[in-house]
Amino acid sequence: MINFLKYRWLYFLISLVVIGAGLFSIAKWGFRYSIDFTGGSNFEFQMNKVVEKSKIQKVLDLNKISVVNFKLQEKNILLRTKVSDQNKESLLKKDLETKLKIKITVLRSETVGPILGKEAINKTLIASILAIIGILIYMSFAFKGFNFAFSAVLAMLHDLLVVVGTYSLLCHFFGAEVDTMFVTAVLTTMSFSVHDTIVIFDKIREYNQEQGSLEIESASNQALTETMVRSLNNSMTIVFMLLALIMMGGSTIRFFILTLLIGTITGTYSSPFVATPILVWLKNRKQK
Amino acid sequence: MKIFKSIIIALVFLGLIWVDLPENIKTKYKIPSQMNFSIFGLNVKKDFTTKLGLDLKGGSSLIFEADISKVKKEDLNDALNSARDVIERRINFFGVTEPQIQTVKTGDKYRLSVDLPGINNYEEAIKLIGQTAQLTFRELPDGKIATNTPIFLQLTKDTGLSGIHILKSTVEFDNQTGKPEVGLKFNKKGTDLFAAITKRNIGKSVGIFLDNIPLTTPTVSNEIPDGSARITGNFTSDEVKKLTIAINSGALPLPIKLVEQKNIGPSLGETEVRKSVYAGTIGLIMVLIFMIIYYGRLGFIASLALLIYGLISLFIFKAIPLVLTLPGIAGFILSIGMAVDSNILIFERIKEELRAGKNFDIAVRLGFGRAIDAIKDANITTLTVAFILFNPLNWEFLPQFGMVRGFALTLAIGVGTSLFTGVVITKRLINLFYKTR
Repeated sequence: MINFLKYRWLYFLISLVVIGAGLFSIAKWGFRYSIDFTGGSNFEFQMNKVVEKSKIQKVLDLNKISVVNFKLQEKNILLRTKVSDQNKESLLKKDLETKLKIKITVLRSETVGPILGKEAINKTLIASILAIIGILIYMSFAFKGFNFAFSAVLAMLHDLLVVVGTYSLLCHFFGAEVDTMFVTAVLTTMSFSVHDTIVIFDKIREYNQEQGSLEIESASNQALTETMVRSLNNSMTIVFMLLALIMMGGSTIRFFILTLLIGTITGTYSSPFVATPILVWLKNRKQK
Repeated sequence: MKIFKSIIIALVFLGLIWVDLPENIKTKYKIPSQMNFSIFGLNVKKDFTTKLGLDLKGGSSLIFEADISKVKKEDLNDALNSARDVIERRINFFGVTEPQIQTVKTGDKYRLSVDLPGINNYEEAIKLIGQTAQLTFRELPDGKIATNTPIFLQLTKDTGLSGIHILKSTVEFDNQTGKPEVGLKFNKKGTDLFAAITKRNIGKSVGIFLDNIPLTTPTVSNEIPDGSARITGNFTSDEVKKLTIAINSGALPLPIKLVEQKNIGPSLGETEVRKSVYAGTIGLIMVLIFMIIYYGRLGFIASLALLIYGLISLFIFKAIPLVLTLPGIAGFILSIGMAVDSNILIFERIKEELRAGKNFDIAVRLGFGRAIDAIKDANITTLTVAFILFNPLNWEFLPQFGMVRGFALTLAIGVGTSLFTGVVITKRLINLFYKTR
């Protein structure tokens, strides 16, 4: 048996640093929201030859396009603008083709109205809150105790903060965007986090029942020792899959997969090193 | 008895593989991807093809907001439903396979979401769908008008004849010039109205307008009592075709406005599918190697169970059929990673019991029994989240995004299947492999 709980101050410190960095980033840089949430238009045009960026910029200016973001990746134009209508888009496309003497294929064109964006934010928030409540209720029933549920949910919130915070860093440094897929990744992380915690808590519950009034701390240490390999192995298989997707998969879901990967890592970490210390602390406090 | 059982299992297995085979595979013999037979007087017809979502196949996803301010509350549902039918008829012109049109209510807003997989000329599709297509016939008002204004501006008086009086509109060609034109056939009331209109306007102009845009303003030469009319003009045959579609499908019962559109070109999806499949395969191989290295013989069994898991999930995807989207594939790949979890849980338990000095048979039985609790609790939470994301009851306060739904559904199917293969199948396999030793 390894005394994992001896180093709880270290775990606390690690969590503090990671979450702190994320919160700092949120406060300083915030997020970059996709058109799913803000409304606007996204275009991805493919040209048949490479054109200088400044020349494209000129055509954009001439067409009075209110550009939010404009990137050029070899032959691909990635353009984000305020909400634009159908006519403006085809005019711009024609103008680009005639002025720059190129042919354009539309790879993607998306427009979301501003009202829909606002609704999406609200619905997402409601979905997340419902998920938390659902998990809290289920855990309270399954473990016949609020302490288990409460610690699991705190660990879940910990993971939520880690994922959201790191994503703010990703937004700032790598141009990630908060979109509906990000929300999906966050919710999946939350479920994975609890999934992992339950396995450990199940062991603690078992030792508690088996050895009667066994002290919670040693029961927890014993449970942690025995589940550590399983936790790591399970995460490894998921990490393998996600790493393969990040390195070889397509570009459109890269940040989504990356978020899932971060979520898997923090979800695995939080179960033994956040949820369990909180549980022990809660139980000990009650006994005193 | 034992042979009988083995045969059934083998048949089921072959069936799974048959359904799971990629349909574009080239073999010497043509493998059908369809099931079509009668059994006990019951017609079984099932098409096992992979349905790709918009993001993979390319296509357009449009959301229109309906302007309901002019519709009475009790007529609202009828109006929305008939708007949906009209849009469907208009889309059919584009030859879109399996368009999806849904009415979505959010708060006091009513929207129509239109998915057009595989469509390329989305700009035209949007135009055609959004048309209100109200056909009207107008004549010159009584009294004098300055003659220097264009004729279509002078035609302001509504004749009462409109699109609702039209039985059918067809593409026709002029006998002399061969130019395409739109032929109209009126119903009984329309015929009477049209006869009256032409009678009182001999020598004068009558205009045919579509959504207040003049299509043609011919001068009436004589009364037309047979209930047919022609719209001539400088139309291309394509334009004429579209006009007949718009007129035939009738007017939209309420005005709609495009509020969201997502168009994805077909080339983008192709590479994404290829990459994802490639990535999934590599990931799967890594997981298999890892399991075999770490758990040895048990790992091999888990790998077999995992492959069976893959076969069964693919079967379910094709049988439902589930529309595969990129996030859906990601959900599936993620679920492969999670599927081994129940096996790992069970194996660790078995190892524990073995360490405690129990013999193998008992260790296996205890391992399964004890691991079940944790597996059940853990998977129920995942299913809860999948449920909320999928939003099966279409609650309007929850997200109703198509992409997220695809992810949630594959994840849920994955979790369900992995419970079966990870527990039931693995147990069978262990019995099989360790008994015959």
